Amino acid sequence: MSRIPGAAPARGRVALLVGTRKGAFILKSDAGRRRWRLAGPHFFGHIVHHMVLDPRDRKTLLVAARTGHLGPTVFRSVDFGRSWREAKRPPAFPKAPEGAKGREVDHVFWLTPGHASERGAWLAGTSPQGLFRSADGGATWDPLPGFNEHPMREKWTGGEQDGTPDGPKLHSILVDPRDAAHLYIGMSSGGVFESRDRGASWRPLNAGCRADFLPDPYPEYGQDPHCVRLHPLAPDRLYQQNHCGIYRMERAEGRWVRIGESMPRKVGDIGFPLALHPRDPDVLWVFPMDGTSVWPRTSPGGKPAVYASRDAGRRWRRLDRGLPRAQAWWTVKRQALSVDAHDPVGIYFGTTSGEIWASADEGRRFTCLARNLPHVYSVEAAELGA
Amino acid sequence: MNVLIPSNLADYTGHEHRVTASGATLAEALADLDRRYPGIRFRIVSEQDRIRRHVKIFVNREQAKRLDAPLAARDEIMIVCALSGG
Repeated sequence: MSRIPGAAPARGRVALLVGTRKGAFILKSDAGRRRWRLAGPHFFGHIVHHMVLDPRDRKTLLVAARTGHLGPTVFRSVDFGRSWREAKRPPAFPKAPEGAKGREVDHVFWLTPGHASERGAWLAGTSPQGLFRSADGGATWDPLPGFNEHPMREKWTGGEQDGTPDGPKLHSILVDPRDAAHLYIGMSSGGVFESRDRGASWRPLNAGCRADFLPDPYPEYGQDPHCVRLHPLAPDRLYQQNHCGIYRMERAEGRWVRIGESMPRKVGDIGFPLALHPRDPDVLWVFPMDGTSVWPRTSPGGKPAVYASRDAGRRWRRLDRGLPRAQAWWTVKRQALSVDAHDPVGIYFGTTSGEIWASADEGRRFTCLARNLPHVYSVEAAELGA
Repeated sequence: MNVLIPSNLADYTGHEHRVTASGATLAEALADLDRRYPGIRFRIVSEQDRIRRHVKIFVNREQAKRLDAPLAARDEIMIVCALSGG
């Protein structure tokens, strides 16, 4: 597989939608992606896990927010952040019958715009693992019982000890661009799951993927995908950055193949995020972190680098020009590595130490766009056009 | 009855820290508060009708732990966000 003809690169300005532990920020570029201007904070003091632009109208923004004290919610803007309204009915589990223990959404973690043909449709993933849908641009949300009430859900997701330190998450909600009914989700923990009927039924999709923290290292479910991506122009090609390495799947084969074993041994293939080239399904970028001993979750050796593969994971190249050479003990979370659709592709990431880094040439050189922000949870690149 | 609103929730009340609500129970008063200030209840009370972990509600300076706590017209409700976080 190589570059797919006919997919025209984007031109013009780019916005970076930045979610942090203390609010949301927006960085906007000029048409050449050389100068950037930072605006914010929006929702100052809120924990913002994700801020996403609706690519169907390029105006609607959704923000997943909560504070340390208050319950979770979703804010929405239909004018690219000039004004905001709170969802009338944020994602929430159904009230349990009297005497039964019901589940509570702790925070909304992931937002995905629905299929291009379904204007106003959005999907949200929560902690603990729950899947929700909005049909009205994020104003009201309903649980998807096909997942949330699935008889296997408790077994798939495990118990409290199977979550991340910040709570178990449902993330990486992927919609097949050819078929609005075909969905994938990732769960930490739980694994990757697939639905072909709009979320009415689900089945595990974890063959070949390791879970070295379980007695059976290749179980049907229970893996810990950190970030799953589907190539928009080759939707049968999936990649994931997992707790146990980097994987690729050709959907027809239905089996994950570990492609991270060709990473340098000193660096390893553990990390949170993974990003794909918008036009070439063989090109991907990851940001490795230290997953040895007690899992420091920082750049290996304090020397941060993006790693790129241009042959679907057979070989990897270190990209660190412009990044700190030593003593940089940060990492990049699963929603905080993003790419634009320009040629050459722009790569952007936000760090746990509050910096935003960018490369306008596919990683050959990085520059720092912003420092001293709060801990960055998410960075989404959005095309603004001319 | 009067309801004292903490700064964390003042965005909902137009930055009023003392508002009014009515109801024969705490649940009814919070429902009335949500009618006046949409969205405020879910930030305080979960979908399982539990007062959230870092929120305390006092009725006449006594902590109310259940939403079926009875109220009288002259009671004062105080909503407090716990001292936690970082």
